[in-house]
Amino acid sequence: MIEYKMPSLGADMESGYLREWRVQPGDRIKKGDIVAEVETQKGIIEIEVFEEGVIGDLLVKVDDQVPVNTPMATIFSEEEAAAGENAVRAPVPEQQKAPTEPKPPTATAAAPLKAVHPPHPIRASPLAKRIAAERGIDITALHGTGPEGAIVRADVEQAIAAQAAPDAGKAAHKEHAEPPALPEEATPVVPTEEKAPAGTAETTVEKPLAATAASTESIRMAVAAAMSKSNREVPHYYLETKIDMSRALAWLTETNKQRPVKERLLPAVLLIKAVAKALTDVPDLNAWWENGLQRKEGIHVGYVVALRTGGIMVPALHDADTKTLEELMQALNDLIPRARALRLRSSELADSTITVTSLGEGGVETVYGVIYPPQVALVGFGGITEQPWTEKGMLDVRPVLTATLAADHRASDGSTGSKFLTAIKNHLQQPEKL
Amino acid sequence: MLTYRECLKQAIQEALQGDERVFLLGEDVGRYGGAFAVSKNLLQEFGPERILDTPLSEAGFVGAGIGAALGGMRPIVEIMTVNFSLLALDQIANNAATLLHMSGGQFNVPLVIRMSAGIGKQLAAQHSHSWEPLFAHLPGLRILSAGTHQDARYMLAPALLDPDPVIIFEYTSLLNLEKELSEAADAVDISKASVRREGKDISLITYGTGVYKALEAAEELATAGIEAEVLDLRILRPLDDDTIMASVSKTNRALLVEDASRSVSISSEVSTRIMEKCFYELDAPVARLCGAEVPIPYPKHLEDAAVPQPAQIVSMVKKILQHD
Amino acid sequence: MAQTPKSTTPLSPEQARKLLHQMILVRRFEEKAAEMYTKTKIRGFLHLYIGEEAVAVGVLQALRAEDNVLATYREHGHALVRGIDPGKIMAEMYGRLEGCSRGRGGSMHLFDSKTKFYGGNAIVAGHLAMAVGLALADKKMKRDQLTCCFFGEGAMAEGAFHEAMNLAALWQVPVLFVCENNLYAMGTALRYTHAQTNLELKGAAYGIASSSVDGMDLLAVMQAANMAAEAVRSTGQPHFLVCNTYRFRAHSMFDAELYREKSEVEEWKKRDPIPGFLNYLMQQQVLTDVEFKNIETQVEKEVQDAVDFAETCSWEPVEELTRYTYSERKS
Repeated sequence: MIEYKMPSLGADMESGYLREWRVQPGDRIKKGDIVAEVETQKGIIEIEVFEEGVIGDLLVKVDDQVPVNTPMATIFSEEEAAAGENAVRAPVPEQQKAPTEPKPPTATAAAPLKAVHPPHPIRASPLAKRIAAERGIDITALHGTGPEGAIVRADVEQAIAAQAAPDAGKAAHKEHAEPPALPEEATPVVPTEEKAPAGTAETTVEKPLAATAASTESIRMAVAAAMSKSNREVPHYYLETKIDMSRALAWLTETNKQRPVKERLLPAVLLIKAVAKALTDVPDLNAWWENGLQRKEGIHVGYVVALRTGGIMVPALHDADTKTLEELMQALNDLIPRARALRLRSSELADSTITVTSLGEGGVETVYGVIYPPQVALVGFGGITEQPWTEKGMLDVRPVLTATLAADHRASDGSTGSKFLTAIKNHLQQPEKL
Repeated sequence: MLTYRECLKQAIQEALQGDERVFLLGEDVGRYGGAFAVSKNLLQEFGPERILDTPLSEAGFVGAGIGAALGGMRPIVEIMTVNFSLLALDQIANNAATLLHMSGGQFNVPLVIRMSAGIGKQLAAQHSHSWEPLFAHLPGLRILSAGTHQDARYMLAPALLDPDPVIIFEYTSLLNLEKELSEAADAVDISKASVRREGKDISLITYGTGVYKALEAAEELATAGIEAEVLDLRILRPLDDDTIMASVSKTNRALLVEDASRSVSISSEVSTRIMEKCFYELDAPVARLCGAEVPIPYPKHLEDAAVPQPAQIVSMVKKILQHD
Repeated sequence: MAQTPKSTTPLSPEQARKLLHQMILVRRFEEKAAEMYTKTKIRGFLHLYIGEEAVAVGVLQALRAEDNVLATYREHGHALVRGIDPGKIMAEMYGRLEGCSRGRGGSMHLFDSKTKFYGGNAIVAGHLAMAVGLALADKKMKRDQLTCCFFGEGAMAEGAFHEAMNLAALWQVPVLFVCENNLYAMGTALRYTHAQTNLELKGAAYGIASSSVDGMDLLAVMQAANMAAEAVRSTGQPHFLVCNTYRFRAHSMFDAELYREKSEVEEWKKRDPIPGFLNYLMQQQVLTDVEFKNIETQVEKEVQDAVDFAETCSWEPVEELTRYTYSERKS
C-alpha cells in the first residue's frame, strides 16, 4: 500500500483545499489519472496520480484544508487488492512510499495546456519570453537556436514571421513535431497576472483557466485573431444541403426510450458521428493545410461550445469515427461542462481535424461558418425545423436540418465538398448504423 | 597623433593656465618630471608654487589636498600609482568622501586625485593593481576612468569644475600609445558613459584598458558580420544607468570586460543593474570577461593570461551569438 | 621648550568674566549632555572634555574669527568656545535637523562654516594633514590667517601625525598644532604608547618650534597660546604646543575605567582648572561673589535653553537621506 499525498504544486504552496474527489474507493487508477481537484491560491488545480493500482481509502474530506505532503488516499497495488485485506494492510518499507512524491513532468505525462507563459523550466531568454507573451506566441512549441539550445528572440521572431506569411508559416509548425491543431492565436491567452509561477509548473495536469472576466476577454481576443486570420488567408467556399431528419429523430426517440435517463442520446451525437463517418468516405476534408494538404489519420471532431460569458471553445472528440454513439454522448457530457469551465486539456484544444458547429433548436436555419486554420473544413448545422418536403412526388412536412460546408478551396473543390455533404446526409438516413 | 601621456600633460597644462587656484602636487611631479614623465617640464613652465613635489607621504599630501580644497584651492593630487593609494585611503574614504555629508552640506571638497593604474608592464603583484572597483564602492566620490586619449585629454577640466572629490584613473600601459584626437569633441560630460562604437548585436561594456581591447575585438567581429557596440562606462561612480540600459535594450546582449578581478567588480555591479532594470530585454545571459583572481604575476605570458585579451572577447562574443 | 611661566599680566574684569563663563559653560553643558545621554536623548559615542576646559578656552582665545579650527571627536568644548550656538550643538547631539551639522554628524562631528570650525574629526590623526592643506591654501592665497589643529597625544603615535608635521615644516605653512595630552589614548597610558614621553621633542624633530604648558592652568595656556599664535602669524611657520591636561570623566560613556586608579583621578581633580581660575580671580579681586553667582545662573539658563531648543527640533525627513552625498548643483 502506498499513500497518495497532497502534492506541492509550487514552492510557495503550503496547503490546498480538496474541492472534489474524482475517484472512489475501489477505482482502478493508472499513472496520469486525475484523482482530485484542489483549490490553491492559484486557483483550482486537477491533481494526478503517478501510480497504478486501486484506490483504498479516501483519507480527507471534500473542503478540507490539506497541508502539502499530507496523505490524502491509500492506493493498493493490483496484487494487494487481489490478496485482500491482510495483504493490503501490511506495512511497507519506507522506500516503497517514495514514489508517491509528485514527480516532475515527463515527456509522456499529459502535455500541459499551452499557455503563453510556459511552465518553468523552459530555456528561453527573458526577451524571447517577453516578446512571445506580447505577441501571443506559444514558446513551448518553438525550437531554440540560442546558447545551450535556449529559445532566443530570433526564434520567436521567426515564429511571428511564420504566422504572418501563411506558406512559410506552416514550415514552423512542420519543423516541430508538436501539432498545433488550434492555431496559436486561438489558444486561450492566459492573462499575465494569472501567469503561473515557476513552482506550479510541477503539476502535470492541465492548468485550469479561471473563468474570470480577464480570461474570457482573452478568449474573445483569441477567437478574434483566429477568425481574422482565417478570413484573411483561407479562400472559403460554401455548400449547403437540406437533410430530412425524420428517420434519425424517430430512431433517436425509440432508442432513448430503452435507455436510462442518464444515457439518453442527443441529436448532436448523431450529427457528429455522421460527420465522422462521412470523413472516412471523403478523407480529403479530414486534413490540415500546412504547406499543402496534410491528411490526418485520426478523425477528431471539434465541437463548438458557446461560453455563457461569450466566446467559444472547440474541444475535440477524439476518434469520433470509431466511437459508439454512447461513447460520444459520454464524451460530450464530459467535455461541454469542462469547456465552459475553461478546463480543457491541451490535446482537446489542439487535435481537432474538422469543426462542427450546431446552433441547435430554436436557432437560425443555416450557418455559414469560418474555418479554424489549419483545418480545411467546417460543418454547420442549423436548427431542425418543420418544413415542406417532397419525396417521391409526395408533399409532406418533415423535420428538416440545413447542413452547410465551409471548406478551404486550396485544399478541396466543390465536388469533394458535395460528396462529403451527401455522405453526411446519407449517414443520417441510416441512424441505426451510426 | 598624440600619445596618451601627451594628452594627460596637455590637460594639466590647460588646467594650470586656466585657473590660478589649480596646482599639481604629488611625488616626483616637479624636478623628476613625473614618474611617467607626464608632468615633464611643467615645473619650469609654472614654477614650484604650482608644481609641488611631495615627500613619499600619501596620507599627508592627499590630506593636504583635501585641506587645500576646503580652503578654496583646486588641487590636482597625483598619486603616482593606484598601488600606493591605500596609504591614503583613510583620507579618501574618511575625509574626502564624507565631509560634505557629515557637515550637513557645509563643507564640500573640490579635489581631483589622479592615479595611474592597471597592468601591462611586467611590474608584478604590488605594482599592477586594478582597484577601480575598490574606490567605486565609496559614496561621495566621483570615479572616472580615462580609457581613451580623448578622455585623457578632456576629462580633467570638468573634473576640476566638480564641487566634490573626483578620482581619475589613468593607465600606465596606454602612455606611449598614439592616437588621433578628434577635433570636434572636447568637453567631456563626466556624468555620462560613452558609446565608442555603435553596433546592434551585442554590447561590449567596459572601461579603462578594456576600451581599446573591445574596439579591437569589435573590428575583428565586424569582418565576421557581427556588429558589436562598445560602451565605455567612463564614470564608474555614479554609474550612468541610462546609457547602459539604452545600449543593452538595443542589442539585447551584454559582455562585460574589465581587467579588475571578477569578484565584487565593476562588472558585478553593472551586471546586477542590467538584471534589475533590463531583464526582459536580455536575449542571452550577461557574460563577463574579467581579470583572473590572482595577484598579477611577473612573467609576460602569465601577466597576459591574467586579464582579458581581444581574442577572448571575439571568441566569447561568437559563442554568445552562436556564430559559427 | 620649558614649561611656559604663568602669566602675571592682570586680566580686565570683563575678560575674566568671559573666560570663566566659557569654562563653566563647557563644564555644565557636558554634564547636561551626560545626563541626556543616560536618558537616551543622545546616542552614539559621547566623549566628555570635563577637566580639560582650560585648553580649549586658553587656546581659542588666542585665535581670530578668520582662523580655521579643526578638532577631534572630543570637541564640544571647542565648539562652544569657538562660538557655535549651544542650542545648535545640543540639537546636533540629539541628531536633529537644526543641529550644526543637520544632525548628520552627532557628538563627534560638529561642523560650522560660519566660525570656520572644520569638525569634529573621529579618525585619530586623520585631520592633521587637512589642517596642513587648509594652511597651504591660506598661504597660496596670501590670507593672513592660521589654522589651529587640536589632537590628543594618541594621535602622535599615528603615521599621519608625522606626515603632517613633516609637510607643514617642509612647506612652511601657518598651522598651530595643539596636542591635548590627557595621558590616555582611550585606556592606554602615555608610557605604554610613546617611547619618548616628552612630546614636544617630536615637533622639534621636524624643526618645528615647540612648547609645552600646564593645561590645567588657564592663564598659562593663554600665555603659551598667545605666544604660539603670534609666532605662527609672524613667521608663517607651524608651531607645536603641548598642553598637559587630564580628563576627569571616562573616555566615553561606556567605559569602566579599569586602566587608572580612582585616586589618580582624585589627585588631578585637585587641580581642576575652574576652581583654580575662580580662586585666582577672587584673590585678584577682579570678580565678586555676586558676579560669579550671576555667571552660574546665566550658564544654567543657557544649558537649559539648549536642551529645550533641542527638544523642539525636528528630524530630517528620511527622503533627505542621500542629500549632500554630492553637492547640489544649480540646474
